Amino acid sequence: MNFELLFQLLINGVIVGALYGVVAMSFVLIYKASRIVNFAQGEFLLIGAWTCWWLLTSWQLPFWIGFPITLAFMMAFGILLQVVVLRPMIGEPIISVIMVTIGLSIVFQALMKWIFGVFAKPFPPIFASQTMSIFGLDVQTVYIASLVVSLLIMAGFGWFFKYSKMGLAMRATAFDQQVAQSLGISVRQVFAMSWAISAMVSAVAGVVVGVVNGVSSALSFFGIKVFPAVILGGLDSVVGAVLGGLIVGLLENFAHFIDSQWLNWGNMYEIAPFYVLIIILMIKPYGLFGTKDIERV
Amino acid sequence: MTHAATAVPAAPKSAAQATVPARAPLLSVNNIEVVYNDVILVLRGLSLEVPEGEIVALLGANGAGKSTTLKAISGLLKTEDGEVTRGDITFAGERINGIDPDAIVRRGIFQVMEGRRIIGDMTCQENLRLGAFTRSDGAVKNDIDMVYHYFPRLKERTGLAGYLSGGEQQMLAIGRAMMARPKLILMDEPSMGLSPLMVKEVFSIIQRINRDLGVTILLVEQNARMALQAAVRGYIMESGKVVLDGTAEDLKNNEDVKEFYLGGGNEERKSFKNLKSFKRRKRWI
Ligand SMILES: Nc1ncnc2c1ncn2[C@@H]1O[C@H](COP(=O)(O)OP(=O)(O)O)[C@@H](O)[C@H]1O
Ligand SMILES: [Mg+2]
Repeated sequence: MNFELLFQLLINGVIVGALYGVVAMSFVLIYKASRIVNFAQGEFLLIGAWTCWWLLTSWQLPFWIGFPITLAFMMAFGILLQVVVLRPMIGEPIISVIMVTIGLSIVFQALMKWIFGVFAKPFPPIFASQTMSIFGLDVQTVYIASLVVSLLIMAGFGWFFKYSKMGLAMRATAFDQQVAQSLGISVRQVFAMSWAISAMVSAVAGVVVGVVNGVSSALSFFGIKVFPAVILGGLDSVVGAVLGGLIVGLLENFAHFIDSQWLNWGNMYEIAPFYVLIIILMIKPYGLFGTKDIERV
Repeated sequence: MTHAATAVPAAPKSAAQATVPARAPLLSVNNIEVVYNDVILVLRGLSLEVPEGEIVALLGANGAGKSTTLKAISGLLKTEDGEVTRGDITFAGERINGIDPDAIVRRGIFQVMEGRRIIGDMTCQENLRLGAFTRSDGAVKNDIDMVYHYFPRLKERTGLAGYLSGGEQQMLAIGRAMMARPKLILMDEPSMGLSPLMVKEVFSIIQRINRDLGVTILLVEQNARMALQAAVRGYIMESGKVVLDGTAEDLKNNEDVKEFYLGGGNEERKSFKNLKSFKRRKRWI
């Protein structure tokens, strides 16, 4: 057995899993606030990454200017999307809303290919040194940055929901919309904010992955990986989303290890999480952390 | 204007003048009609007035339309596909029908809904902070302490509000309303499901916050006896209309009210009154 490879893959699993967790949290945010299953979550990563890439290459902006502009743009984009496309869908059957988000996903995917082409494009280098040494191991700086960013976002979510007024309002809205309104909370504003924050946070993940792997439409696969993560964690649990993401990231890499060492079936990397998902759902139909009364997708 | 009036040598006031409030009421509901789902007519020309600083009781049997009246005022009707189709509601001199519930909270009306409706997966403190959602002044922390001063037992509860007893949840719901610093609180059946001892405690607190904070209260109750003890005046409604109104004293002494709503009353009347009202009385108790 190749322990060095195993160790390397497990580290990979944690880093990628944390990113899955971040995207899963932003997915759960929308679901919790407005009960909408957003199939276009992966495209948020894509749009965010392309926007940042465009600002950094075409406009030659430094990262510390281009990145905040990207976030501001994604916030506005999320609000616009909610107000123009999803607000009119309030009260429509769940299946119609799902079809709308699937439609959005296809449109954005095509739009990005049309504007930026189908080939992966690398980000300009962001860090001065490509690698840094930790405990004697040479680690790529972007990986460390990725993990730090993921952890910061998770801590930020925790703070937001516990201490900020808007975070409390979102939890109240998720608990009982009528009560939220009786407290003076504008449910419309909460919905719009949940999309804004979700788009913004996903864009951060998109930029991180773009910096590591280059930007291409492959980024929106993250949107698909999010499903095993959130369903494992329970659709309405933010903590569950993070753990679900980590589990999926680790599973992928572990499956890859087993495959490369013994099985040689190929492609285990992509499908292993879905196998495990099926098994877990057979044992715990509401996910590991989900509440019982929520609907299955 | 009122100063000028007091400067005039006082003419002896008649008793009638003394009971009529001098200023325009804080809230006046004028002949409103409310329809749910475009077809179900629930309020048929209801009118009432709530003078500033008073506790006014709104009484009536189950299904009379009391909660609907409160929701029409707070705008929450919208969340249940209900609509005020006729008449108007005026608060502090401005017409407020059709305004969104969050805007109405900002204007100073706060509804404590039937069944307390606290947010069970949050702590007391978080529930209280949410009560102050529409405020942006710096006194929110102070006000949380003020609420704890009124409800010391809430301070001891650090777990989730969903695990509180019914009485404690009612206190939290009232405390949450206080956090909004409203001019008018609409209180829907605060005594529902509470033990007699707890009902007493809740009512004495309602009276205290009315007195100490000068909050006007429109109090919907099934417990007519307690409500009329706390209130200055009252309205009694039946199938979507006000059928009787007056000062709390008058209502307490009214034979019909005694018979239907307070229990007891004149024995002779009971024996010859029709069966229908007997049935209605049973529903009340
Ligand atoms: N959301 C609603 N949709 C349709 N009808 C309703 C709704 N809420 C209440 N009603 C009807 O309106 C009438 C009055 O209800 P309500 O105002 O709750 O009475 P009360 O609070 O006096 O018990 C009842 O007949 C009830 O069935
Ligand atoms: Mg009611």
